[in-house]
Amino acid sequence: MTDVTMTVNGKPVTRSVRGNTLMTEFLREELRLTGTHVGCDTSQCGACVIHVNGADVKACTMFAAEAEGAEVTTIEGMANADGSLNVIQQAFQDHHGLQCGFCTPGMVMTAAALLRDNPRPTEHEIRDYLEGNICRCTGYHNIVKAIMAASGQDVSAIAAE
Amino acid sequence: MPKDHGIGASPKRREDVRFLTGAGQYTDDINVYGQTYVHFLRSDVAHGRINSVNTEVASAMPGVVRIFTGADFDGIGGLPCGWQVTDKHGEPMKEPAHPVLAQGKVRHVGDPIAAVVAESLEEARNAAEAIEVDIEELPAAVNMKAALAEGAPKVHDDLSDNLCYDWQFGSDQADVDAAFEKAAHVTTLELVNNRLVANPMEPRVALGDYSRANDESTLYTTSQNPHVIRLLMGAFVLGIPEHKLRVVAPDVGGGFGTKIFHYAEEAFCTFAARQINRPVKWTSTRSEAFMSDAHGRDHVTKIELALDAENNFIGLRTDTLANMGAYLSTFSSSVPTWLHGTLMAGNYKTPAIQVNVKAVFTNTVPVDAYRGAGRPEATFQLERLVDKAARELGVDPIALRRQNFITSFPYETPVAVAYDTGDYVATMDKLEEMIDRAGFDARRKESEAKGKLRGLGINCYIEACGIAPSNLVGQLGARAGLYDAATVRVNATGSISVMVGAHSHGQGHETAFPQVVAEMLGIDESMIDIVHGDSSKIPFGMGTYGSRSLAVCGSAMVRATEKIINKAKKIAGHLLEASEADIELKDGQFTVAGTDKSVAWGDVTLAAYVPHNYPLEDIEPGLEETAFYDPSNFTYPAGAYACEVELDPETGKVTIERFAAADDFGNVVNPMIVEGQVHGGLAQGIGQALLETCSYDEDGQLLSASYMDYAMPRADDVPFYAVDHSCATPCTHNPLGVKGCGEAGAIGSPPAVVNAVIDALHSGGHTQVTHIDMPVSPGRVWAAMHG
Amino acid sequence: MYSFDMVRPTSVADAVAALGQEDAQALSGGQTLIPTLKQRLAMPSVLVSLSGIDELKGLSVSDGVMEIKGATTHATVAREGGDYPGLAALAANIGDPAVRNRGTIGGSIANNDPSACYPAAALGSGATIVTNTREIAADEFFQGMFTTALEEGEIVTAVRFPIPEKAAYMKFEQPASRFALVGVFVAKYADGVRVAVTGASNDGVHRWSAAEEALSANFAPDAVEGLSVPADNMIADLHGSAAYRAHLVGVMTKRAVAAAD
Repeated sequence: MTDVTMTVNGKPVTRSVRGNTLMTEFLREELRLTGTHVGCDTSQCGACVIHVNGADVKACTMFAAEAEGAEVTTIEGMANADGSLNVIQQAFQDHHGLQCGFCTPGMVMTAAALLRDNPRPTEHEIRDYLEGNICRCTGYHNIVKAIMAASGQDVSAIAAE
Repeated sequence: MPKDHGIGASPKRREDVRFLTGAGQYTDDINVYGQTYVHFLRSDVAHGRINSVNTEVASAMPGVVRIFTGADFDGIGGLPCGWQVTDKHGEPMKEPAHPVLAQGKVRHVGDPIAAVVAESLEEARNAAEAIEVDIEELPAAVNMKAALAEGAPKVHDDLSDNLCYDWQFGSDQADVDAAFEKAAHVTTLELVNNRLVANPMEPRVALGDYSRANDESTLYTTSQNPHVIRLLMGAFVLGIPEHKLRVVAPDVGGGFGTKIFHYAEEAFCTFAARQINRPVKWTSTRSEAFMSDAHGRDHVTKIELALDAENNFIGLRTDTLANMGAYLSTFSSSVPTWLHGTLMAGNYKTPAIQVNVKAVFTNTVPVDAYRGAGRPEATFQLERLVDKAARELGVDPIALRRQNFITSFPYETPVAVAYDTGDYVATMDKLEEMIDRAGFDARRKESEAKGKLRGLGINCYIEACGIAPSNLVGQLGARAGLYDAATVRVNATGSISVMVGAHSHGQGHETAFPQVVAEMLGIDESMIDIVHGDSSKIPFGMGTYGSRSLAVCGSAMVRATEKIINKAKKIAGHLLEASEADIELKDGQFTVAGTDKSVAWGDVTLAAYVPHNYPLEDIEPGLEETAFYDPSNFTYPAGAYACEVELDPETGKVTIERFAAADDFGNVVNPMIVEGQVHGGLAQGIGQALLETCSYDEDGQLLSASYMDYAMPRADDVPFYAVDHSCATPCTHNPLGVKGCGEAGAIGSPPAVVNAVIDALHSGGHTQVTHIDMPVSPGRVWAAMHG
Repeated sequence: MYSFDMVRPTSVADAVAALGQEDAQALSGGQTLIPTLKQRLAMPSVLVSLSGIDELKGLSVSDGVMEIKGATTHATVAREGGDYPGLAALAANIGDPAVRNRGTIGGSIANNDPSACYPAAALGSGATIVTNTREIAADEFFQGMFTTALEEGEIVTAVRFPIPEKAAYMKFEQPASRFALVGVFVAKYADGVRVAVTGASNDGVHRWSAAEEALSANFAPDAVEGLSVPADNMIADLHGSAAYRAHLVGVMTKRAVAAAD
């Protein structure tokens, strides 16, 4: 067991972890932050995307011990300070960018990372950036649209509501 | 001006807030005090005789609570099949036993041999590796044709062969033969409908709990239909009476059919929790899902169309092999028969149709319903065939379809169903408007200038949804009713809880269902909540599949709300000292017709629960009503789809450039949600057409066993879609006039994609290519071009 | 996963010492190793994480050579590797964004997955693989799928890429994994052209000498037009036949030449 200290959604946490404890297990079982989901075991679906020191990473493919000293943000830390949905979350709701909700935390975290580096991405750039996030419900139409809307682009011309 | 509330409006989904903030509660998010973890030791061979399973060493390993094997399930029921198909000789289908844990033989890769329950998952896995299993590997039956051949390895030793049933359906043989004899042209096509894995993003989870205090079991599970699981597991597998068995399906991360069925892991966790008196949790990994979730499709078909000299369709004949896998999953037997054969007329007035289906056992994972279930298979073969016919005859594929459309309703098909309404001309007109066919030639030239080929594919579809009239499906072999139920519980202050049998796992029931009740009562939607997913809270409904939630459960909700209104009017009449017949309900106010005397909704609801001034001699206090609704017919959504592809002749890679869907769903409650359902269905259909396939090698080893080899559609595989549902012909037999929209996209899109690819290849001179089996992968396209 | 300990040394020397323990294994970005561990296909007693070693991070350019330290992520190379645009573009298209934020060049090179991108760049650039004990030429380093010249406990500390006049990588993606079904890296140096192929062969990453000769004489897509790659030793699986892969090698090579800058 190793002690690991990190900041999760602004709060410092210290826990004793085993060498093989993944960040997904650490967040879900130790901290009971169950918004980070596990949808595959080959690092492809992206339901587990979190931010570590500002970078989007797959929490299922990183050990908790490696987050020593890191600033970690999960979906639970994304809403505005008053608890209201942030711009990306609100755009997902406004444009029906989610159905079952399982991939959604990863989608929101990935979208946030994209928009930080590229505040007005094109449709192509969004689709490309979502390569590591699989959604089985939406057909991606409304996810792409929501991310465009969250970046302040006019999406009224995109086919269908 | 679009409506901003009630039926036809698109309020934002209320469930989204919890999903967007990480506050959803899925089954794996639930932990129960004292919980243990189970790991299933699964077969790594497709077919083998179990000589021995020795758990002695493993049982003594750290953390192990108990190890179960097939022997622990002696005398306990197996997993039942919910639909008995009768074959063409009048014989019932063969129905082999399906034990919870394998007994005697393993029959597919992934078949569970033993289950290790331990304090941690890691300890359970460690112990599973220490179980000594002696399996004598047997030759496997994998390919369906080979499995039916004389001397093929038998999946089930107690059956005469691997044929589950040989089913025939449709017109009289003589009529079909006559049509083909007099045909001016016959088009024939052999094709495969590729095996798919549903892959909801949430893997399956089961958590069994047992309370010795009241002898009650609780199963938390990733299900589309908790009451169906309670019935099947309680009555057929474990013998637990319903009042001692609670099944909870909390937030569920997508289903697409594969979470309808009752699975061994559910029964195991419920059973084991009783045995060890502790909660038992199983969380599937994705790799495990590939070998334990029921798969979909997997048909091999020969289809023939007879046309007269004027290109009218005069006869249709199909011959299909349908893979059942190693065991009969819950609704497996109904998919290639009643959910497939009855749709073979499509949108066309073909007078003579015969459908032949042989269902085959193989040493593969069981196959059952996946989004569309039987109807995509019917649509694909028919619409590919019609396209091929148009090409052979040198006629426009749209014109050929239009010429043969059914245009008057109701219409009785030669395959037993009666379409109540539809307007296939209107959806085709709409589609042609959406796809800018006039501009296609210019777009094709642009592609050709870049060295690419461009193709346009179109097709129609029809489906039977709103499953289903119980008396009809009972005659066809269903072992359950297919009604649904809703309880409308009005609280004293006027807020409402609606308990529904349907289950929402992405469909937005929590938002859409209140729109209906709010519209009927004239109150704000925020006063109404939907309760679903917990058998201890909701009435006995049959759950969500077959695009049935609104058409069937929504209708039950309407009926229950009508009862509420009737009773509320009585109470209002009493309060207003008027006859109930004179009471009108509008905008949440009960008014005596022609007067300004009124009481508000809240006055009436309060009176119902604080009945000081109340007609107690005539009616009971309280305001709560339940209705069960059993539809009188299926609903028949239909439409026309178009796909435009660009094909890179150097690599064979196909890119979807445009996709348009014109659907007739009847009335629509929440257009935003309906369009989202179509988008998702389209991506799954495009995935089937271009990317997805579940492959076995000749030994029955699963080749596509993870996302490393099973190609899921990703954001850059699909375009923005153009969707339209304005050509609405409301359903005539349910109170909302709705038809269902959940499966359409997956049913209608695969033929459009393949038709477009063939069109592109022909434009490039590859006229020898008449068909490519799905998925139309770059390698297959390239091989077809050079074949 | 099996149970194991994790250590996080802060220097290469400490990492090498830690790797001296029995059944110790190096963990770089973990994007391939962790899924392997989940399947219990590896059973280390201790994982030696390289992610806390600052001296293994970063890239620099001098004398026409780009040196990338072993634990540098793909994202860093994509962002900061502009002096070797063909390489930066390759790094920008490995896996997906989240994978690029963890995956490292050293991990990729050391693993030598037959469908990985970086081995093609290293071989196609005639790179030098630097370890804690020695320098190995790429031509000697890659020895068939999942096999390299690395000894037990040896760490890739850096990869040195001579910057070519022109280069490009073209990847035809396997539709599921998005790894290379066929990937071709073409680099034009003053003394000739190198062509490295990944994804296609049962032998893993390899050079295509016929194309190198043709392109050295005439660096144009047409130069490889008549050349064909024998299909004998190509990978055949559900994503493509050997003949298809052999065909794609030619197509991707032409496209890489056309795109080279």
